[in-house]
Amino acid sequence: MTEKKLADLKNTAFNVRQHIIRMSTDGGCFIGASLSCADLIVFLYKEFLNVNLENLDDPKRDYLFLSKGHDVPALYGTFAEIGFIEKDRLKNHLKTNDFIYWHPNRNIPGIEFYSGSLGHLLSIAIGVAIDCKLKGQTNKIVVILGDGELDEGTIWEGALVANAYNLDNLICVVDRNHFQANIETEKLIPLESIEDKFKAFGWGTGSCDGHNFESLEKAFSIFPIKENKPSIIIADTKRGKGLPSIEARADRWFVNFKPEEVEMLLEELKGGAEADLTSETIVAR
Amino acid sequence: MTYEDILLELIQKDDRFIVLTAENRAAIRNLPNKVKGRFIDTGITEQTLIGVSAGLALRGRIPVCHALATFLTMRAFEFIRTDVGISGLPVKIVGGFSGFLSDGNGPTHQAIEDVSIMRGIPNVNVFCPADEEDMLICLRQILEDPRPFYIRYNNFKNIYSHNHNFEIGKAEVVSKGKDVTIITYGLMFGESYKAMNMLKEKGIDTGLINLRTVKPIDEATILEAVKNSKLIVTVEDHFKTGGLYTILSEILLKNKLTADVLSISLDNKWYKPALLNDLMEYEGFTAPQITEKIILKLN
Repeated sequence: MTEKKLADLKNTAFNVRQHIIRMSTDGGCFIGASLSCADLIVFLYKEFLNVNLENLDDPKRDYLFLSKGHDVPALYGTFAEIGFIEKDRLKNHLKTNDFIYWHPNRNIPGIEFYSGSLGHLLSIAIGVAIDCKLKGQTNKIVVILGDGELDEGTIWEGALVANAYNLDNLICVVDRNHFQANIETEKLIPLESIEDKFKAFGWGTGSCDGHNFESLEKAFSIFPIKENKPSIIIADTKRGKGLPSIEARADRWFVNFKPEEVEMLLEELKGGAEADLTSETIVAR
Repeated sequence: MTYEDILLELIQKDDRFIVLTAENRAAIRNLPNKVKGRFIDTGITEQTLIGVSAGLALRGRIPVCHALATFLTMRAFEFIRTDVGISGLPVKIVGGFSGFLSDGNGPTHQAIEDVSIMRGIPNVNVFCPADEEDMLICLRQILEDPRPFYIRYNNFKNIYSHNHNFEIGKAEVVSKGKDVTIITYGLMFGESYKAMNMLKEKGIDTGLINLRTVKPIDEATILEAVKNSKLIVTVEDHFKTGGLYTILSEILLKNKLTADVLSISLDNKWYKPALLNDLMEYEGFTAPQITEKIILKLN
């Protein structure tokens, strides 16, 4: 990866994180998961997917399905950066005059399907992938899954069906931030080894550092990972990445910060001192 | 012409149609070899079946998906509500062995709340054909309609020759009656038709309405019957709650009306598992039993 490209990706991801932090007040948002997948989403839209403002309705475009849904501020932020929506529109977060709320919906250009109810979009993506194959199209169909989301039974139904139909145009990415909503995954319903489980289901598997663009580029350079089969990449990430004051904390899943805390967090993101957060933590929503 | 013939015809003439099942092939056993890639079996995965169907619909297809009515409408309920209901995509959800048709299977397999829960989802419509002939008359229109539909599959042989004019949201008025009007849908049409004839033989002026689509509902036809008949009888192989009796109550309240109503339905109970004719006798849904209940109510 060239230095220029790397700098551009880092700059975009920084801007996306700023957008996420600005959405964490006046009602708040699921900041932890949004920050953990920000680099991944920026990488996919800028380096991997053939989707842009001009081909958003073209059936030959690539698709991204954000299955875990509550990390949608990272998607809104990315869309603002790549021009799918106006940056000013992010100020409409949770306002009745727009559709920018806590979960994805099709009223926002670029969002392929409703999500938020976990374990749905793998099956939707399988339907899309089957149709692309029937039509002889070579679109790539990407699904971002949460690690906690892997508890859902329909993920494993989908794992069986995608293997049965040899969907080598399908690629899942797990935002492996190690947390369910309220607790670390391995302390509640252990998931490891995720790769071995999917290997046993017939998938090609890979892994990468979900915050390192060169590592992401390497992981996504081979596709499909296994001939004729669906692929899955486990992207190792950190909940709340970019803000040491909330990183990897169980109690900073959903937040609703005071305006002055947002200003402190924006400084923290730039490398300033850790924010002195006094607002109440919300562990369940 | 069979159900499969119509599906095959639509698949051959229209690229949008695609048939799916969650490993229940009762209604579509001969299709896989004839339509190749446009037959998809997801295995015993009702939720994934609905998700995959919605994904195909997102790409412009009209998926016609099949499974046992109980598992399709209940195990996959939230997928239907979220992926089909919210999006309004034209997924056609075909439930087999609904109502009394699951005869000897027992309560695990009894879809007798399916109409209630499907009609409760915004954008999802409900088609309950009286028998095979009625189903085939209406099927093309239902499948070609741009809206999602739940279809209570019914291949029971007809004992009445149905009206070939069909419009979504319009009931089939078999007969009008000043004393009684029986309103029904689906499988119970047959026994209701026989009961109508028995009542007429006894000099009771009896009407019969076959709803065809339970949603959208033909409110005008129902209101006309309410105004012109002394007694309204609703007959359904469904729980009393949420089905036709509830729909009638909603229509009456909305129009500030009241009526003498007899509901022949399953009141807060599952039915006795047995062969169809035996269980209908046991539960009191045969034509002579329906006739007797109506006469008792009239007196």
